[in-house]
Amino acid sequence: MTKARTLFEKIWGDHIVTHEPNCPAVLYIDLHLVHEVTSPQAFQGLRDRGAKVFRPGRTLATVDHSIPTTDRSLPIIDPIAARQVDQLRINCRDFGVPLYDLGSGHQGIVHVIGPELGLTQPGITLVCGDSHTSTHGAFGTLAFGIGTTEVEHVLATQCLLQHKPKTYEARFEGALPKGIVAKDLILALIAKIGIGGGTGHVLEYRGSAIGSLAMEARMTICNMSIEGGARAGMIAPDDTTIEYLAGRPRAPQGADWERAVARWRRLPTDEGAAYDRRVSVDVSQLEPMITYGTNPGMGVPITQAVPEPSSLPDANQSAALRKALAYMQLEPGRPLLGHPIDVVFIGSCTNSRLSDLRLAASLMKGRKVSPKVRVLVVPGSEEVKRQAEAENLREVFEAAGAEWREAGCSMCIAMNGDQLEPGQYCVSTSNRNFEGRQGKGGRTFLASPLTAAASAIHGAITDVRTML
Amino acid sequence: MEPITAFSGRMVALPMRDIDTDQIIPARFLKTIDKEGLGEDLFHDWRYDSQGRPKPDFILNQPSAEGAAILLAGDNFGCGSSREHAPWALMAFGFRAVVSTSFGDIFRNNSLKNGLLPIIVDETTHSKMLALVEKDGSAEAKVDLPEQLLRIPGGPEVSFSIDAFSKKCLTAGLDQLGYIRRQEAAIAAYEQTHPANIHTL
Repeated sequence: MTKARTLFEKIWGDHIVTHEPNCPAVLYIDLHLVHEVTSPQAFQGLRDRGAKVFRPGRTLATVDHSIPTTDRSLPIIDPIAARQVDQLRINCRDFGVPLYDLGSGHQGIVHVIGPELGLTQPGITLVCGDSHTSTHGAFGTLAFGIGTTEVEHVLATQCLLQHKPKTYEARFEGALPKGIVAKDLILALIAKIGIGGGTGHVLEYRGSAIGSLAMEARMTICNMSIEGGARAGMIAPDDTTIEYLAGRPRAPQGADWERAVARWRRLPTDEGAAYDRRVSVDVSQLEPMITYGTNPGMGVPITQAVPEPSSLPDANQSAALRKALAYMQLEPGRPLLGHPIDVVFIGSCTNSRLSDLRLAASLMKGRKVSPKVRVLVVPGSEEVKRQAEAENLREVFEAAGAEWREAGCSMCIAMNGDQLEPGQYCVSTSNRNFEGRQGKGGRTFLASPLTAAASAIHGAITDVRTML
Repeated sequence: MEPITAFSGRMVALPMRDIDTDQIIPARFLKTIDKEGLGEDLFHDWRYDSQGRPKPDFILNQPSAEGAAILLAGDNFGCGSSREHAPWALMAFGFRAVVSTSFGDIFRNNSLKNGLLPIIVDETTHSKMLALVEKDGSAEAKVDLPEQLLRIPGGPEVSFSIDAFSKKCLTAGLDQLGYIRRQEAAIAAYEQTHPANIHTL
């Protein structure tokens, strides 16, 4: 009998090209996604070596980080961003890499377009110079973020040098209470294990609650694996995965499809396979989650108060919390509910897909956002935007007083002019609340699209369950 | 890459835990298409006020930081974004090693590929080093990569671990891409037996 293996171990084992003693494994990469910010120095490296892109057909580029989300018929005003976008165009042309450019109909956040095209498939290895590449793990894909030197390695050889990570099972059991969505599950896990909790590990999310989630919700969970310290997070493919992929433009077709499905069915973790670590979350006890501090592990159920630094057992943690609360200008012991906000951002590779926009629109329909609050809704891709408009979601958002913008990373990373002013408070569906992440001096509360929409309407942090 | 053997340098302490790469180099400086000038923007928003003037109380603006080679950082240093601009900026400032009790995975990988040594020590050693730097801002530590030793003045020698492959590449100044390219035949053989399901063209 062969040894029981986890989902991760099956994919890892299937992608080792060579593994010499005292060396990392040479791992084959099936799909490499490229964007404008982390690739220019890698392409320059190829030029300096006189090297080519080894497998352009396994490489796909788009622009997402530094592009404006305003009228696409206008030029990019920021000359430095414009030069970076132009450089990607030049690089893709010179090296024969396919590029989904602005207005191509397929441009969008890398982690939104891979899945919607059907390129993100179970059992493959996928990398990108972006830490949220973990998103693609929702399909039972081994997907992780890499640095620019590694981007160059993959461009030049379609391979990466990797040491085998450890495995970490995160089990979510129980039925989701009303008003609780995928974002609450992952924020609860990160609050539990801490932002370094998964370092050196690949997370596998399992359990009845994960099985009940649609693909886009699973992507939200896997997306934030890196916020728990894990480079990759995975969910085994099942009927939901296969239904999602069927008929997608770049998914296998015909006899190839049948063969692929048969292969995907063998991927889930074998019974009795061992993990290096385990954690479990009882989903039925969860409340909507929100962060109060300056890292994604500083999160609590929304009805709780801002924690007291002195209540933490560890002096370093107390110091970190004190520093975070000073930046956030939040007083320990005060409730988070009712805290006034200035901006709401609905978007990012965490929560910018059609189902996320539907959640937000379900609350905004027939209501107005607070006149004190600026609300940005940024679809994750041109395709998401098209679908949302076909469902009249644009009308819902605009009638409520929200801005409906073009696709991109936008105020998640604030490289493109979409940013907070110093001191502003924002409820954001994105993934990072680091100091200055959404603009220098800006203060971020991470939450679900439901909590973001509810808070937009009331102009303050709101428990969405009071509106359902 | 220049081979790394042994070097000595002054230490600078940034002891808070969980310093993310957005703090090391804020995202708005990632619009560059090369690696030039990033040292100027290292820890930009902690280092400069809103008028762009250096904040005198920030450690990197103090005379002791000038010429420092070793950053003594808190736990989980370099968590968050995958930006390689973080080690590029640290190296452009002059750092050659970062000592902590743990590192973000991607930052650690990126550092090793650029010749910035991420050195993990236990909490006791970390506390001793912090106390030493607090007492004497000019204290120098010696890093000996071939011997995998960290020598702290007035303290014991501390051995640190590094994977054999990274050590070999760093001490010989070898580019890791060269190693992968030498596996050309194995890569071709792999592709023969694993036909592509992926077609982006």
